[in-house]
Amino acid sequence: MNISITVNGKVHTHDIEPRVSLAQFLRENLDLTGTHIGCDTSGCGACTITLDGSAVKSCTLLAVQADGGEITTIEGMANGDEMHPIQAAFKENHGLQCGFCTPGMVMTAVDILKNNADPTEEEIRHGLEGNFCRCTGYHNIVKSIQHAAEQMKG
Amino acid sequence: MIPAKFDYIKAATVGEAINLLEEHGFDAKIVSGGHSLIPAMKLRLATPEMLIDIRGIEGMNTITEEGNEIVIGANCTHHELTVNALVNNHVNVLSQAAKCIGDIQVRNRGTLGGSLAHADPASDYPATVLACEATIVAQGKNGSRTITAIDFFQGLFTTALEEGEIITAVRFPKVANGTYQKFFQSASRFAVVGVAAVKDGDRVKVGVTGVAGVPYRATAVENAYDGSSACAAHAVEGVDDVMSDHFADEEYRSHLAKVYVKRALEAL
Repeated sequence: MNISITVNGKVHTHDIEPRVSLAQFLRENLDLTGTHIGCDTSGCGACTITLDGSAVKSCTLLAVQADGGEITTIEGMANGDEMHPIQAAFKENHGLQCGFCTPGMVMTAVDILKNNADPTEEEIRHGLEGNFCRCTGYHNIVKSIQHAAEQMKG
Repeated sequence: MIPAKFDYIKAATVGEAINLLEEHGFDAKIVSGGHSLIPAMKLRLATPEMLIDIRGIEGMNTITEEGNEIVIGANCTHHELTVNALVNNHVNVLSQAAKCIGDIQVRNRGTLGGSLAHADPASDYPATVLACEATIVAQGKNGSRTITAIDFFQGLFTTALEEGEIITAVRFPKVANGTYQKFFQSASRFAVVGVAAVKDGDRVKVGVTGVAGVPYRATAVENAYDGSSACAAHAVEGVDDVMSDHFADEEYRSHLAKVYVKRALEAL
C-alpha cells in the first residue's frame, strides 16, 4: 500500500507491504542504516527513532502505522556539519564504544530531555531502561546525557 | 523476523472498525499500539489476515472528567496516563502503574485499551482496574455496554469481550488515595507481582496481578483490614491457581504477594 512519511524533513512516498517494519523501511527503502536492528523484539532499543517527537522502537512499528507521521532518525540530528548537542556530548564524554547502541541511545535521550530538561542521574538511568549497551558503557552514556542537558539548557 | 502476510486498514470511526471486524471475523485483529500483537506476529504466534488500525479514531484518545469519574479513551498511551493532570490528581494509582510499564519507547506506543484487551496475566493495569472498580466500555454491532472490572478478566489472555467488540474507554471512579507496588521480572520488566491498593473511607480495595492466572481482588485482605498491614497475610487466601514458573515458583510468588500487599497497605 502507498504510504507517505516525512523522514528528517523530507517526504518519502513508497508502495510497501503492510508487514514491513518501520526499521526495515528506513534501512532498506530509504538507505538510512543508522537505525540499527538488534534484538528485533522491542527489547534492546537500538532501533529507536522519534515519531512525531516521541521515541519509539521502529522494529515494533509497521511502516504503514507511521503513514503521515514525522520521523527523525540519527541521520537527521546534525545540522549540516554541526553535531546535535546530544551527539557532541556523546563524543566529548566517550559515550560510545562499539557504537551499535549509540543511535538508539541518542534518540532516546531526545525523549528524556524533551520531558525533563534537567534530569537527575537516576532519572536518566531510569529513562534508558529500554536501551541495552552490550559493551556495558552505561556510565559514560549517562554522563553524556547529563552533559547534553547542561548544554541544551544554555 | 517478518510477520506472515496480512492486509491493513486504518479505521476512521468505531463503527467502521466494528463493521470490518464483523466482515473478517477471526481472521482480523484490532491494532492500536501493537506492542503485544506485532511481536507475536513476528514470531508467527499470531497470523491475522487483516489488521484494523484504530489508533487514528477521533475521540478515543481523550481523558475527561465526568462527575465522579475520569473517563479515559482506550487509545491513550501509557505515557499519557503518567503525565495527565486529571489522572495524576484523581486516579494516582493508575499513573503509578503506567509508569511501571516497559520503558519510555513502549509507553509512547502501548495503550490502555490494548493492554486490557490483551489481558496478559502479568500486565500492570488489571490490578489497578480491579482496585478502582473501574468499568470497561465496549462497543459492538449492538451498541455500547459497560463491563465491571471483576467480570472483565476471565482467564489467561481471556476477557469478557464478545467477538466483534472493541474497548472504547475505561471509566475510573475518582480515588482519594491509591498506590501501585510491583516486583519486576528482572529481564522483561513485567510484574511477577503487582498490587494496587485504594483507600475507600475506612476500607481498602486491593487488586493483584501476576500472581494467579486471572488478576483478582484480594477480598480476604479487604475483609480483615483493620487499619494495619497485618491482613497482608491473607494475600493469596482463596486463590487456587497461583502461577509457578522458572522466575518464581508457587511458594515464592505467594510470599511475594504477601510482601507487596503489605507494602501497598503501608504506602497508603
